[in-house]
Amino acid sequence: MQPDQHEIELTVNGTRYRRTVESRMLLSDFLRHELGLAGTHVGCEHGVCGACTILLESDPVRSCLMLAVQANGRALATVEGLASADGELHPVQQAMHAHHGLQCGYCTPGILMTMTAYLTEHPSPSEDEVREALSGNLCRCTGYQNIVDAMMDAAARMREEAS
Amino acid sequence: MKPAPFKYVLASSLDHALALKAEHGDEARFLAGGQSLIPAMNFRLARPSVLIDINGLTSLAGIDRPEAGQVRVGALMRYRALERDGEFLRSCPLFADALPHIAHPQIRNRGTIGGNLSHADPASELPALAVAMQAKMRIRSAAGGRTVAASDFFAGLLTTDLASDEMLVDITYPVLAPRSGACFMEVARRRGDFAIAGVAAVVTLDEERRCASVRLALCGVGETPVDAGAAALPMVGSRVTGESIDAVAAGVRELIAPSGNVHASADYQRHVAGELVRRAIRTAHQRISHAA
Amino acid sequence: MSTRFFGAPVKRNEDRKLLTGQALFIDDVELPGMLHVAFLRSQVAHARLKHIDVSRARKRPGVVAVYVAEDYGDYWQPCPLLVQPPPIPGSTFNPRTQVPLARDKVRYVGEPLAVVVAESRYLAEDALDDIDVELESLSAVVDIERALKSSSARVHDDLGSNIAAHVHQMKGDYRKAAANAQIIVKRRFRYEHGISSPIETRGVVAHWNARGQQMTIWDTTQAPVFIRNGLAAMLGLGERQVRVIAPFVGGGFGPKIMMFYPEEVALPWISMRLNRPVKWIEDRLEHFVATTHERGQIHDAEIALAADGRILGVKDVFLHDTGAYNTYGLTVPINSQCTMLGPYVIPAYDSTFTAVFTNLPIVTPYRGAGRQHGVFVIERLLDLAARELDIDRAEIRRRNLIPPDAFPYNNEIIFQDFAPLSYDSGNYEPVLAKALDAIGYQRFLKEEQPKFREEGRCVGIGIACYVEGTGIGPYEGAKVQVQANGKVNVATGIGTQGQGHFTSFAQIVADQLGIDPSDVDIVTGDTDQFYWGAGTFASRGAVVAGNAVNEASAAVRRKALKLASDAFECAEEDLVLADGKVSIAGIPGKFIRLGELAQRANPMRGAVRPGTEPGLESTQYFGPPSGATANGVHAAIVEIDPLTFELKVLRYVVVHDCGTVINPMILEGQIHGGVAQGIGNAFFEKLAFDDQGQLLNASLADYLLPTALDVPRMELDHTVTPSPLNPLGIKGAGEAGAIPVGAVFAQAIEDALQLTSRKIELLEIPLSPSRLFELTRQEGT
Repeated sequence: MQPDQHEIELTVNGTRYRRTVESRMLLSDFLRHELGLAGTHVGCEHGVCGACTILLESDPVRSCLMLAVQANGRALATVEGLASADGELHPVQQAMHAHHGLQCGYCTPGILMTMTAYLTEHPSPSEDEVREALSGNLCRCTGYQNIVDAMMDAAARMREEAS
Repeated sequence: MKPAPFKYVLASSLDHALALKAEHGDEARFLAGGQSLIPAMNFRLARPSVLIDINGLTSLAGIDRPEAGQVRVGALMRYRALERDGEFLRSCPLFADALPHIAHPQIRNRGTIGGNLSHADPASELPALAVAMQAKMRIRSAAGGRTVAASDFFAGLLTTDLASDEMLVDITYPVLAPRSGACFMEVARRRGDFAIAGVAAVVTLDEERRCASVRLALCGVGETPVDAGAAALPMVGSRVTGESIDAVAAGVRELIAPSGNVHASADYQRHVAGELVRRAIRTAHQRISHAA
Repeated sequence: MSTRFFGAPVKRNEDRKLLTGQALFIDDVELPGMLHVAFLRSQVAHARLKHIDVSRARKRPGVVAVYVAEDYGDYWQPCPLLVQPPPIPGSTFNPRTQVPLARDKVRYVGEPLAVVVAESRYLAEDALDDIDVELESLSAVVDIERALKSSSARVHDDLGSNIAAHVHQMKGDYRKAAANAQIIVKRRFRYEHGISSPIETRGVVAHWNARGQQMTIWDTTQAPVFIRNGLAAMLGLGERQVRVIAPFVGGGFGPKIMMFYPEEVALPWISMRLNRPVKWIEDRLEHFVATTHERGQIHDAEIALAADGRILGVKDVFLHDTGAYNTYGLTVPINSQCTMLGPYVIPAYDSTFTAVFTNLPIVTPYRGAGRQHGVFVIERLLDLAARELDIDRAEIRRRNLIPPDAFPYNNEIIFQDFAPLSYDSGNYEPVLAKALDAIGYQRFLKEEQPKFREEGRCVGIGIACYVEGTGIGPYEGAKVQVQANGKVNVATGIGTQGQGHFTSFAQIVADQLGIDPSDVDIVTGDTDQFYWGAGTFASRGAVVAGNAVNEASAAVRRKALKLASDAFECAEEDLVLADGKVSIAGIPGKFIRLGELAQRANPMRGAVRPGTEPGLESTQYFGPPSGATANGVHAAIVEIDPLTFELKVLRYVVVHDCGTVINPMILEGQIHGGVAQGIGNAFFEKLAFDDQGQLLNASLADYLLPTALDVPRMELDHTVTPSPLNPLGIKGAGEAGAIPVGAVFAQAIEDALQLTSRKIELLEIPLSPSRLFELTRQEGT
C-alpha cells in the first residue's frame, strides 16, 4: 500500500507552514518532528496525560488524538509561542517559575497551554476550579500544589495585565 | 503506539460521507471527535482502512427545536459546545450534571455526542442519558433514513444498531417536563474516568405531588446502558418517600448484572449503583420542590 | 564563605528552558539519516521460544533491518549484575540477569524477542506484525506463595526452585523478648508498590561515528557513567570512545537507573552495524511492561511489647516478588528489612526474607525502594498494639522513639550500602510533637471527631513515623571551573530528572565563590564533561554530589585567593571574594575579577610552577562512610463516604528532618511530589495481573495516577539535625514524601470508619473504595 499523502497548510504560533504528510501522522509527531516544535511533549499517546496539549484556535486539545491532516487550514498555538518575541515570559510561565511549579518540566508545556486557555476564559477562578481545570494534565513530580498556586497567581498577573 | 496506515478522506457533504461508507462498509470508520477512535488506532486495536473525516459537515453541528418540547442535537456537536449552551442545559438538565464527568476539558473540546453514542461504551455517561430521556436517534445511510429509540440503539458492548453503511446524524431529546426534576450522578475512581456506576434519574410528579413517572438509566453496570425504569414502577402513583426510594434502589440492585473490572468488584458496583439510585432520585425529587 | 544562597529559596536556573519548550529531552534529539526502532515483545508470560521468522518483516518497504537474539552473535550475553548483594553471612543469592533479546525462553509479558529498524517508528511498528513467533506456552508463575511450592513451574530452569534469595538478619534475642512480653501482636500484611510512571517514558539514541570511531549515546538513564563503562566493555570499545549523555530527563523515580535494559544494549550495536544513528522511544504501552516495576511483599510479622507499650522485639518473615530477573540484587527487600526498624528502640529484631522469581516484569527500586513496605508493617503493628494495650496511637510511638543522646545509633544489621545500619544523627521527639501539633491531634480526637460523628460523617486521623536511609556512597565527584568570562562551569557525573540540581549546586558554588547562582552553569549527565560517578538514586544526589561540588568550589576559592594574593602581593586574609571579584578588604577599588584570575591561571607565557596546575578549577570527590538517616512524621485527616467509600483527604501534614537544607523551595517540592506518589500507591495505583501474568490495566486510563483533584494541599514543616557524615550536614529528601503514606491512610481510614469496633483491620495497600467495601462487608456478615 502506497502511503496516503496529503498536502496541508496551517499556522502555528502565527507562522504559516505547508507540508506533505502521511494521513496517519499524529499532530503531535508532526509538530515535534516535521516542524521542529519539540516543546510539545508526548507522554501517553492515548489522550490521558495531557503533556501534548496545544491550542486549536483557542481551545486546548490533545495533539496526540488529532491527525496532522486534520489541522489543515487551522491555527494552532504551542508552548514555543507563549513568551513574547523579546523573550519576556508569559504570565503563566512567570508564575510557574515563581512558584516552583515544575520539576522535571516534561508535563509543563501541556500544563501551560491548559492554563492560558482556561484563564483567558475564567479570569478569577477559585482553587477548586483551578484543580478541576488542571485535572486533565498529569504531573508526576510536583504533587500539583505549586502548580495550583502558580495558576492562581497567573490569574492575578493576567488580570493585572488586562486592566 | 502509532496508527496503522489508512486512507483519509475529508467528506465534503453528508451524502459524500454516506456514499463512502456504503462503498467501504466495515473497513471504513467515520472520524468525528476522534477521542475514542484515535487512541484505539494508536494502540492498533482499531485498524480502519479508510477514515472518513466528517468534521467539515457543519450541518451536523447544530442544536434546534423541531417541535415544542423537543431539542434536536446534531451528531457533530462537541461536548464543550453543549456545556456552553445555557439554554440547552436548562432544557435538558441531566447534561449539566453529566458533561463535567466526561474526561477533561481538552477531550471535551474535541469529542462529539454522535461519536460518543455510536461508540456505545457502556461506562460512558451519554448513552445512559439517552436511554433515561428516551431520546430518538436519527440514522442515515446512502439508501435512506430511519429513527430508532435509544433503548433499541444500544445493542451490546461497544455495539449499536447502526449498519455498516449508516451514520447517526442527530438525536432528539424531550425537554424536561413540568413538575419534573433530573439528576445524574456517578462514582468513578478519578474525575473524568469512566464510571464504576452512574445513574440518570428523571422524576415527574402529578399535580398532587404524587410520583407520575420515574425514568432511570444506569451506566457502567452492564454491556449496554441499563434501563432501570421497571424497578421504579412501584413508586409511581404515590408520594416519594425515603422508603419508596430505598425500595427502588433495592430493585435496581437486583435488576443489574455488573461484571466487575480492575477498579471495582461486581458486588461493589451493584452496591454503589443502588446507593447512587437513592441519591439521584432524592436529588431529582428535591430539585422539583426547589423549582416549585 | 558567605551563606547568602545556601538555605535560600533560590528560583531555579533550569526553568526558563523548560518553560519555553527549549530543553532537550531524549525524543528531541534529531540526527541526519536517523533510523527508528521498535521491539517485538512477548505477549505471553512464560513460554519456550521455538522459532521466530522475520523474513516477511525484512522485506517490508522502509524496513532496514530486523534482528533476533542469534543475530547478536557473541554480543548476546546476560547482562552483568548491577548491584551485588550485601555480604550477609548465611545468605543465598541466585543471580539471574536479563538478556538483550529472549533466546530460548520468555519469562515475562513484554520481554523483547526481536528488534525492527526502519525509516520511521510508524513503519517499524508495521513490521512487527510481519514477524511470526512460535511459542510453547508454560504455566506462568505469578503468585509468590505458590511460586515456592515444589509443584510450581520454574522461571529459571536451571534453578531447583523459584528462590532468588534468602536472607536472615537479626539483632538481640527475639525469643527472649517474646518470652518477657506482656503482649505479642502477630498479623499478615500485604503491601504492593506500583510503577514510577514518569510522564516521559524511557528512550535511547545511539550514533556511531565510524570515521571518528566514536559512539555517542543519549539515554534517559539516572546513571550515565555506569552506562558508558558497561556499554564500552560490551561493544569492545575504550571508555574514551563512548560518550553517554543523559539530557533533560522527564522524571525517573528509580527505574531509569536500572541497567542494562535490552534497548540500551541494542541501540548502540545497531548503530555500529548499520553505521547510522538510531532512536528508540518507549511508548506508554511498552512502559508498563518494559520498564521495571516495584511490586508486592507478604509479611508475617509480630511485635512483642511490655505492658507500658515499650517494644521488646519484632520478628518478621516475608516474601518479596523480584520478577523474572534479579539484576538489582537485594536492594529493595533489604530496604524493607532495614526500614522496618524505624525511629524506634527495638532491642531484638529477627527478620528473614525470601525473594521469589515470577513471570512478571523485573522489580527494581522505585521511590521508596521497599521502604514503604517496612514502614507499613511496623506502623500497623504499633497501631494494633496500642489498641490492645489501650495506649494512644501517638503516645505508643513517642514512648519508643530513640532518644537524642543515643546517636549514632547502631541497629547492627547490614543496610543496602553494605555498611551496618547506623543512624548518624536525629532528634525524633520534636518532629512527632510538631506534627501532632500541626494536625491538632488532641483537638481532633477530643472535639472535632465527636462532632463529625454526630453529623454522621466518617472522618479519621492517621499518624506515622519513618526513618529513611539516604545519601549512600560510594562517591560522586565534581569539577568546578571558572571561565574567562567570569561564569563558573560545574560538571558532575550524576544525572538529573527534575531535582533542581542546576540550582541547588549553583547555590553551593555561589556562596563559595561570591557570585550569583545564575552565573553558575551546571552540567550533569554527560560523561565527556565528567568522567566518574555513580548516579542519582537513593536520595543521594544532593548529599553526595552536593558535597563534592562544595569541596571543589572551596578548592577553587583557595586557588582564587592564592592567585589574587600573588597579584596584589598581599596576605590572603586581607582579601574578600564577592560579586564575582577578589578585592582587598577596605579598598573596594582594588579588585580583580574571577574571570581575569582564570585567564591568569592559564598563562600563554612563563611557566606554571611545579606543584601547581593551570586553570582556575578543581575536581574533588566525596564519599560518605555510610548513609545519612533522615526522619519524619506524616499525619492526615481523611473523610470516607460510608456508603460509596470514596475518600477525601481533608488535611495532610508532613514534618521532617533531612539535616541542613540547601533550598527549601526545592525541598518542599520533593516532599509534595513524594506524598502525591504515596497517595497514588495507597489508594489509586494497582498493577492488576491475571493468573497468566497479563497486566490488565496497561494504560493511563486504567492505571490511576493521582490528578490535581486527588492530591490535597500539604502543610509542611521541618526540623534540622545536621548529618555529621558530610561537611554540609545534608541528608537526602527525595523519597521521604512517599514512604509512610500507606501506613497513614490505613490508620486514618480505620479510624474514620471505626473499623476497630467491628474487628476489621486494614492490613494491605493499595486500598480502594471497592476493596474497602469488600473488606468491611466480609467482616460484617
